[in-house]
Amino acid sequence: MDGVHDLGGMDGFGPVEVEANEPTFHHAWERTVFALAAAISVQRLGNTDVFRHAIERMDPAHYLSSPYYEHWLTGMATSMIERGLFDRATLEAKAGGAFPLSRPVRGECPAASPSGPTPRFAVGDAVRVRNLHPPGHTRCPGYVRGQRGVVTRVDGRFHLPDVSAHGGQRCEQFSYNVRFATRDLWGNSSGGPQAVHVDLWESYLDEP
Amino acid sequence: MSEHDDDHHHPRPISPVEARAQALEQLLEEKGLIPPGFIDAVVTAYEKDIGPMNGARVVARAWIDPTYRTRLLADGTAAIAELGFGGPEGNHLRVVENTPAVHNVVVCTLCSCYPWPVLGLPPTWYKSAPYRARMVREPRVLLREMGLALPESVEIRVWDSSAEIRYMVLPERPAGSETLSEEDLAALVTRDAMIGTARL
Repeated sequence: MDGVHDLGGMDGFGPVEVEANEPTFHHAWERTVFALAAAISVQRLGNTDVFRHAIERMDPAHYLSSPYYEHWLTGMATSMIERGLFDRATLEAKAGGAFPLSRPVRGECPAASPSGPTPRFAVGDAVRVRNLHPPGHTRCPGYVRGQRGVVTRVDGRFHLPDVSAHGGQRCEQFSYNVRFATRDLWGNSSGGPQAVHVDLWESYLDEP
Repeated sequence: MSEHDDDHHHPRPISPVEARAQALEQLLEEKGLIPPGFIDAVVTAYEKDIGPMNGARVVARAWIDPTYRTRLLADGTAAIAELGFGGPEGNHLRVVENTPAVHNVVVCTLCSCYPWPVLGLPPTWYKSAPYRARMVREPRVLLREMGLALPESVEIRVWDSSAEIRYMVLPERPAGSETLSEEDLAALVTRDAMIGTARL
C-alpha cells in the first residue's frame, strides 16, 4: 500500500532530533510492548509481515503523532483481534477506554510465483523497478518504483512478504541489492556522488 | 511524608497508552501466552547485554586482524557469529566498509530494520520520520546537519534495509590508534559510526 509508513523522500519533516544518552526504553509501557512482541514472536502468532502490515494500516495521523512503541502496540492488538484471539470490546474493557486500532486489510494475496532455480538477474545488470501499487503489503519502497538501477548483489532466496503478509503459502524469491543514483531518483545533481542501495525481491524487478 | 507515601495517596493517573499496554499484557497473560519472567528477561537482555558494545568488538577485531576483516566483509553473519553474536534481526548481517573515498550510512525507510545483535535496539531518531524521509533523498545535507560534513569528493552510499539483510558500517580506523589494544580500540567505536551518521 502507498501508506504513511513509506517515508523515503517525503519532504517537510525538518531536522532529525537526537537525544543524547538516550535510554533503551523511555517508559515502563515501552518495555512491556517490546517484550509482548517478543513473546508473540516466540509463540509464532502471525509473522513479521503480518505485524508490519498491521502497523502500516494505522490511520496516518495516528502513525505520525504517536511514539514508536505505540505503533507496535496498535499493530499487535489489531492483528490479534483479526486472528480472533480476543475481541475489541474485551480489550477496551480492560483498558478502561478506547483502544484505537489500524484500518482493515484492503489488499489480498498476490498471484506471485517462486523464483526459478537460477536468479533472473546477475550482478551488473541494469533493471527497472516495476511500477506496482498493490493495496496490500509490499517491501518495495515507493521512491524506487519505475526507476532504473544496477544490480550489485544477488542475496539468495527469501520469502516474499507481499504473500506472507496476506496468508499465502511461503513464496521464495531471489532478493537483489540494486543501486540507484540519487540524481536519477530526485533530479538533483549537486553535492558530489551519492547513491541509494535498496534490497528488492525478484518480482519487483523487470528488464530496463 | 516520603515520596512513597505521597504516591500511595495520590497515585499518578496512568496515560491512555499505558492503560492500553497493560490491557494487552493482561489479556495475553490470561491466555497463558507470556511465560513467567519472560518480560523482565527480554528487556534486561536488550538493556544490558545486546548493544553497540557488541558491534564495537566486531569492528576492533576487523581492524587488528586482516583475515577476520576479509571474512567479515564476505559473510557478515558468519564472522559476527565467531564472536558469539547473533539472534533476532541478525540472520543476514552485512558489513559495509568505509574508505577515504566511500562513506556508508544505513536507514530503513519503511519501518525500523536494524542489526540488533551488534547494535542493540535503534535510537528514536533512527526510527523517526525525518531520518527515514531525508536520508535517501539528501544524505550529504542531512549528514552535515547531524554533524558529519563530508567533502564532495567522498561518495555516499545509503543502504535502505528494505528486505532481509541488516547492515552495519565498518568505520575507518582512526589515525594514531596503531598502538592501541583490541579492547582500547573497541572503546573508540561509537554506535553512530556503525550506523554511518558519524566518523571516528
